Order: sequence, then structure tokens, then C-alpha cells
Amino acid sequence: MLAKRIIPCLDIREGRTVKGVNFVGIRDAGDPIELACRYVEEGADELVFLDITASHEGRKTRVDLVKLIAKEINIPFTIGGGINDYRDAELLLAAGADKICINSAAVKNPVLINQLVNAYGSQFVVLAIDASASGNDWQVYIHGGRIKHTKNLFEWALEGQDRGCGEILFTSMNHDGTKGGYVCDTLRKLSDLLHIPIIASGGAGTMDHFLEVFKWGKSDAALAASVFHYGEIPIPQLKLFLRKNNVSVRI
Amino acid sequence: MEELIVILDYGMGNTGSMLNMISYVGGNAMISKDPEDIYLADAVILPGVGAFDNGISKLSTSGVIEILRKRVLQQKLPFLGVCLGMQLLFEKSEEGTERGLGWLKGEVVRFSNGEFSNPSIKIPHMGWNTINHERDNALLCGLDDNSRFYFVHSYHVSCVEGSDILATTAHGYSFPSIVQRENIIGVQFHPEKSHSFGMQIFRNFMEIVRCSKHE
Repeated sequence: MLAKRIIPCLDIREGRTVKGVNFVGIRDAGDPIELACRYVEEGADELVFLDITASHEGRKTRVDLVKLIAKEINIPFTIGGGINDYRDAELLLAAGADKICINSAAVKNPVLINQLVNAYGSQFVVLAIDASASGNDWQVYIHGGRIKHTKNLFEWALEGQDRGCGEILFTSMNHDGTKGGYVCDTLRKLSDLLHIPIIASGGAGTMDHFLEVFKWGKSDAALAASVFHYGEIPIPQLKLFLRKNNVSVRI
Repeated sequence: MEELIVILDYGMGNTGSMLNMISYVGGNAMISKDPEDIYLADAVILPGVGAFDNGISKLSTSGVIEILRKRVLQQKLPFLGVCLGMQLLFEKSEEGTERGLGWLKGEVVRFSNGEFSNPSIKIPHMGWNTINHERDNALLCGLDDNSRFYFVHSYHVSCVEGSDILATTAHGYSFPSIVQRENIIGVQFHPEKSHSFGMQIFRNFMEIVRCSKHE
């Protein structure tokens, strides 16, 4: 049976991880490679690297970083953040990225999804959607949540699937950073609506939150950052907990 | 001298991660599409991600099919097809209209979310899944039914000769995830992205290559 995936997310700025880490045994909390290798050994199923300032800076640092990651880790990884066009994506593929995650660029130019899928396959393209709810209305935001767009979460996710993307990475802006749990009802609705895998993001605080997002939220993967970076939830313990609660995981 | 493994570079896939993994487990591999390298190789790996027609046409354009046929089909050179590289070994695919290599009998079909699948499945089949051994082979040495590998694909092989199936995997229903006929092996998952079990696949393949060379 296919395992539910646990995905640590590393925020990168100029080739270094931002947000502190307090792992025992990590010499340099800012070195993304050292942190990535640590997660791989702990049993992370994939890694996501978000280059949070990439929009404003050169492509070269990011490409160099991807080359280093590809050389050191032997599980799949996604690179995202500020991928603006086809050429950006192409360079990252050549550098060794397994997947790229596109957000604002796809909202502004949806055909980009088709172009990338046709050239490199749907497995290469993760559509990241940041959305915020007012009532039951989920509105899409771009540019790191700074600008509200007219698109609706469910319509945009369906369009992304129709255009061929391989996965949806949905972040609830209402839940991100709260540690109060994932937005399971909405994730469940999204999962029932689509046939491509859904990565849940935003709200992880406890091991129970992961259990809920897989059981009730029907998500295929759960992404989190700080609970892993600060050692609040060690991945091996999380996986044992999930397995004990009848969630299929890779141990 | 270490046995030389040529990873075919025909513009369809992450050859770099394959090279890294083989080097990591102590193998001697090179990325190439030069027929001379294939002529000298002790084994060939055909990687690949992307669409079937694109894959077969790029393989064709790279001008290596003739030398591959000679080395693999006549001289029985150990051959490993990975993901799309496995699917290209078969006769045809629902994904396209081009003929495959046709070295193995069978075809490639899209995952069906219909009557055989309960509950409904996500397509692509993406993530870590297990394999069920159908028969013994040196490729599976040290691996059991709990070993997980990284899969990512929307199509899978079907109507394969029963004796060619080494292992199956369940996603809604069961499909062949490792095939083998004589010197030809195909794996649907990505061993180069499958951490320790992936390394074991490469170690086993290297052992197969070593035995084949000294036969």
C-alpha cells in the first residue's frame, strides 16, 4: 500500500536556511545540505526547498544549491519560490531537481503549467496554492500571500489538474504558523474533487494533527517546517505514532 | 578493473542522480550516448521520465537503438530500464502512438480508476510503495515485501508474460513493478531516489553484471 508522505520544508535565502534550527548534532543550522541530509536519515519521504527571496535575486545561487542537493540526497526533492518562467524551471531540472513548485507565475500565466508538463511530464510540476478563507469562500493569494487574486481555490486546483500538474500543494494562510492543526475539512473536499495527490500545508503543531490530516483530511502528504526544525516532532516518532494508528507510512 | 555501466543519455531524465547513486555504492558508471561506449560497456541503464512517444523518438534520434539491439538481444548484455526506460521495453503504450522497443511482450496502459479499483486511487501513483516478490532473482537479494521504493507514474505495464514478472505492486489493483527476462530487467520505480533500498537494487544489479562478465 502506498505510504502517506511526511515532507519537511526548508526556507532558503541566498543559499542558506532561514528560521533557526535546534537539532542536536547540527553544526551549522544555516547549511541546507546538512539539514537536508539529517532529515533524509530521519526518514523524511521528500523534501521541499522554498527559496523565499528568489524573486528578487539571481538564478545562479538557486541553481548552484540544487546541484549540491542533488549530489547529496537520494530521495525526491522539490524546489520552489520565485520560479517565474519556463527557463527558470528548465535550469533547475538540468541541475537535478525532481520537481518544481510554481505558484504566482502559474496564476498569472496558467499556460506555463501546460508547457512544463508537455516538456517534462506532470511528475515534474507541483502547483502550489496559497489561499485564505472568509466564510466558505477560499480566495487565492499570490506573491507570498501579499496580493489577493480573483481565483477561487477549488476552481484553480481543478484547472491546474486539467492543465496537467502532478500534485497540488495547498497552504491555508489562515492556519499557517498557528500550530492549531491543518484545515482538514477543506483538504478533504479538495481531495474528493481531484484525482491528483494533495500535499497539505499550514497548521502542523502536534502528531495528532498529522493523523487527522491523513485520516479525515484525506491528504496524500503533509508538509511542515517549524515542528521539524525545532525538534518538536521527531520524524521517527511521528511515523511510529502514525503506524500505530493504522496510517501506512515508510519506516 | 571495475565493470563499466553506461547510463544512456538520450535527453529523458535525471541521469545525474543515477550516476551519484552508483558511485555511492562503489560502482563505475558513465553517462553517455556514444555507441562506442555502449560497445565497451558491461551493462547499460536506460533511465527516463516523461512521455512514451517523446522517449522512443529521442532514443531513436540518439542513434543507439541498433547497437543496443546487438549488445542486449544478441550478446545478452545486462540491461536495466528504469520507469519510462522500463515501459519503452514493451510493444506499445496507451500514452502514445509510437511503437516501443518490443523486447518484452506486453503493453503500457493508464492507471484505471474504474471497476477494478476500490477505493478510488490518486493518479499519478506517487510516493513510496512496497513490492511483492513473484519469484526469486538476484536483483531482489536482501529486499523483502516491506521494502519501499519511490514511484511516480500514471501508466503501468500490462498483459506481461507471467514468467517475466519478478514483482508486483498494489495501487488500487496489482501491476508489474519489476520485470525480468534473461539479461533484461525493468523497474517501474526510481531506485536512484529510493534511499537505502534503492542502493540495494544497484548493488544487486552490479553483482549481476559482475557474474555475467565472468561467466
